[in-house]
Amino acid sequence: MATSKGTIYRIAGPVVVAKGMQARMYDVIRVGKERLMGEVIRIEGDFITVQVYEDTSGIQPGEPVENTGEQLPVELGPGLLGSIYDGIQRPLPVLKQKMGDFIARGVEAPGLDRKKEWHFKAIAKKGDKVREGHVLGEVEETKGFIHRIMVPLGVSGTIKEIKTGDFKVEDIVCTLDNGNDGAKISMLQRWPVRRARSVKKKLAPETPLVTGQRIFDILFPLAKGGTAAIPGPFGAGKTVSQQQLAKWCDADIIVYVGCGERGNEMTEVLTEFPELKDPRSGLPLMNRTVLIANTSNMPVAAREASVYTGVTIAEYFRDMGYSVAIMADSTSRWAEAMREISSRLEEMPGEEGYPAYLATKLAEFYERAGPVINHNESKGSLSIIGAVSPPGGDFSEPVTQNTLRVTKTFWALDAKLAQRRHFPSINWLNSYSLYLDALEPWFVKNVAADWRILVNRMMGYLQEEDKLLEIVQLVGSDALPEKQQLILEVARLIREFLLQQNAFHEVDTYCPLKKSHMMMTTILNYADLAQASLDQGIKIKQLLDIKAKDRIGEAKFDKDYARLLQEVQQQMQEEFDKLARGGRR
Amino acid sequence: MKEYKTISKIAGPLVFVEKTEPVGYGNLVKITLSNGEVRNGQVLDTSDTIVVVQVFEGTSAIDRNAKVRFLPEAIKLSVAKDMLGRIFDGAGRPIDGGSEIIPEKRIDIIGSAINPYARAQPSDFIQTGVSTIDSMNTLVRGQKLPIFSGSGLPHNEIALQIARQAKVVGQKENFVVVFAAMGITNEEAQHFIRDFEETGALARSVVFLNLADDPAVERLITPRMALTAAEYFAYEHNAHVLVILTDMTNYCESLREIGAAREEVPGRRGYPGYMYTDLAMIYERAGMIKGRKGSVTQIPILTMVGDDITHPIPDLTGYITEGQIVLSRELHRKGIYPPIDVLPSLSRLMNLGIGPKKTREDHKQVSDQMYANYAEGRDLRGLVAIVGEDALSDRDKKLLHFAAEFEDRFVRQAKSEDRSIQESLDLGWDMLNKMPKRMLTRISPELKEKFFKGKE
Repeated sequence: MATSKGTIYRIAGPVVVAKGMQARMYDVIRVGKERLMGEVIRIEGDFITVQVYEDTSGIQPGEPVENTGEQLPVELGPGLLGSIYDGIQRPLPVLKQKMGDFIARGVEAPGLDRKKEWHFKAIAKKGDKVREGHVLGEVEETKGFIHRIMVPLGVSGTIKEIKTGDFKVEDIVCTLDNGNDGAKISMLQRWPVRRARSVKKKLAPETPLVTGQRIFDILFPLAKGGTAAIPGPFGAGKTVSQQQLAKWCDADIIVYVGCGERGNEMTEVLTEFPELKDPRSGLPLMNRTVLIANTSNMPVAAREASVYTGVTIAEYFRDMGYSVAIMADSTSRWAEAMREISSRLEEMPGEEGYPAYLATKLAEFYERAGPVINHNESKGSLSIIGAVSPPGGDFSEPVTQNTLRVTKTFWALDAKLAQRRHFPSINWLNSYSLYLDALEPWFVKNVAADWRILVNRMMGYLQEEDKLLEIVQLVGSDALPEKQQLILEVARLIREFLLQQNAFHEVDTYCPLKKSHMMMTTILNYADLAQASLDQGIKIKQLLDIKAKDRIGEAKFDKDYARLLQEVQQQMQEEFDKLARGGRR
Repeated sequence: MKEYKTISKIAGPLVFVEKTEPVGYGNLVKITLSNGEVRNGQVLDTSDTIVVVQVFEGTSAIDRNAKVRFLPEAIKLSVAKDMLGRIFDGAGRPIDGGSEIIPEKRIDIIGSAINPYARAQPSDFIQTGVSTIDSMNTLVRGQKLPIFSGSGLPHNEIALQIARQAKVVGQKENFVVVFAAMGITNEEAQHFIRDFEETGALARSVVFLNLADDPAVERLITPRMALTAAEYFAYEHNAHVLVILTDMTNYCESLREIGAAREEVPGRRGYPGYMYTDLAMIYERAGMIKGRKGSVTQIPILTMVGDDITHPIPDLTGYITEGQIVLSRELHRKGIYPPIDVLPSLSRLMNLGIGPKKTREDHKQVSDQMYANYAEGRDLRGLVAIVGEDALSDRDKKLLHFAAEFEDRFVRQAKSEDRSIQESLDLGWDMLNKMPKRMLTRISPELKEKFFKGKE
């Protein structure tokens, strides 16, 4: 459709009504003399409602508007990795350069650097018949990371010409013959953020996303291509958990969306990530990360868009055959942005003032996850981890509930645990993962045959403890039968040594699966030995005095955990032997 | 500039004006009453046919004959170095009898978001001299750390004590306090000012007062005025500014009032759906910027309605600020000052400001250990009420005792008592030394070796 022009009729906050212009839903509109970016969200007769991504102060009725005819796009190509964007993919460093320390408005900044040259190595050859998604060539975007340049979706043909060499993103690297007027392909692609990028086939999840966080890996694992929700009241450690996942999970690419979050927290991410090293490759984590930062005081409409911008970038890397994980912190702020705009439109509100389409939007977003076979036959996966900030920590509110309906893993944060400095403060009784069965074969094959058995026993102790604690509340722990006192002790070991993990300790911050397994084995070793001793008539008090068990926790902070845990097991055996020899009364 | 006499409707704090030339959104409005009085307002909604204006001084005595002028600019604050030591009303006019401020500059009060990329990471420990804050919920420069209080609790005293004692150890720097009162009583305001005068703090302070009987709508601009002044001192005069905003609850009530007058769809408890964004635009103005020397640190104070922390005001605040200091009625009843309940309190930036070279190597672990012990000790109180103290195990008795001692010695301190961080941590060890060594699971063997002086 041809671009068309109109004028502003009304302005109320981020919502502007224009008239005298033709537009389709979600077309990108330039508003006012300063050409602020906006998007069509309602059409009513001649009146077109636009949500504007920048501050509208001072804009007057009568100023011009222009329809670009394009849907809100994201730019895809080399240069994404290591970038820091705002909600509509403007690089923040460029904005700083152009307008100083504070975000002004009316500044355009393309998502990808137009001047930088990349070395493009052609893989496809002249005469090859290629279809959408097929890999044409490669660019080493960051050290060790191969960015595959693909035929844009919806394009196919026979390669007429393809060149290896140094190019800027907009330079033509390949031309196709497609029977019509041909297609010119550069390394830069644009894609409308609100539309999911298509794949050949979606698969069922079967590989875990290893996070190095014990409570996630052991009790509530997430699959590659899976979806997870982390709801929690403020101060329960949502952001730290998200950041830990972003730092340590074994996805190839991380997209981190700070949606309506704190400025200082984003700074923490921006300062820390470039210094952190990937535990597997030893390269800077920033090399595999795209950050999107739209803090709570940046324009609300851009906040609404930030989640889509993030997921579209994530899909693009998935299309290359990588495993990608996106963290959205927090989806509640995203939902609130929808609510705010909806209320400005005077739409009939649904539950708690959220628009009636909240559930649909959430479902659509999480549905973009999954392990897939791409058009180019490569296997990729996109995992989505969404933080939810329920008001008052009440999980029955609409955003949490609608998120739970579509996510398969639920990591429930608990303020009570956070208050007693139990971190990560994931409540082990409320949380769940529906991937346990699907992932079992993987754990058996790659970690240990008894993995699932151990996990179930861990969970068993924790559930048993919960029941017993109710009684303890009434009568005190000494009044319990000895067997049950032992259960409480084992559960304590599990909680303090296994579930608690110090994100700020250099060793404990990442726990390999083998280590988790060995710690579980050692704890259960104590449980079994103690149980046997009880049966032989040894008093619980003596069993609680076993010194070796309290040393299991030291393994958390020891790089050479295997040696230490072996030592502990040995010491434990000796202590029990001693009890068996002399302690019998 | 054109004057209009086309007011079509007046409702609550809003005035609707018809048939105007194009008027910019958010611009300043002057309304002249028939007796010559001039009121200020701001454009909330503008279209070809009707303009909605919110009037800061209230609409009483405005009639349809009032004359309306639209200024081609947003609301601005005149700033100058001379503002130090001065007292202004909620809209930035001097009320201390002194002369008008000769502006060095006029700055838009809405403020812009700091580019996250331009922010510097806060990392300077601010010693407030209050043990529960310094050692358990550390404040750092550039942080926004609210006090969640309740009616009748001594939040003002605590704010004053912090304002008096706050310092960065080992640094003598340009320090400014900006104090903004929204809807507090005259008596409370007098108390603040008297304290400022007595301690000599007024000379380095800028005070904005919107009292309980001042127009409610004016409260919406008071914190923005204060923060504009704070940013001016921080970023143009390299000052470290501490901004105290009290009481944010009154601010939010005004926000709700405007929302209701505009017949907006209400969110939770009648507060507007955009309250999160609105509060964020205030709180997020705390911070530090790379390459600039100054900083803005915020201590907003809010009273929780019915002591309910899940009420929308504390709830949304908690999601924006970097932690919170929660006051407890129970401690207050026990006669403990400051009645800070450390369990629901939190400082998110604590880890950036503590540790070797900043405070002390044992800081984090001592804090974690005290948290764990106190939490468990408090839980046990419930049990004691049922079965009596004698039924407890030795371990539990020790924890119970710890909790009591913690409240009595560590939390409690005098209003003039300025404890250094070393004193606070030593006091912590003094209590931890009474526990058996193996119960200190949050403290590493090396630190226990160095600091622990109790029994095995």
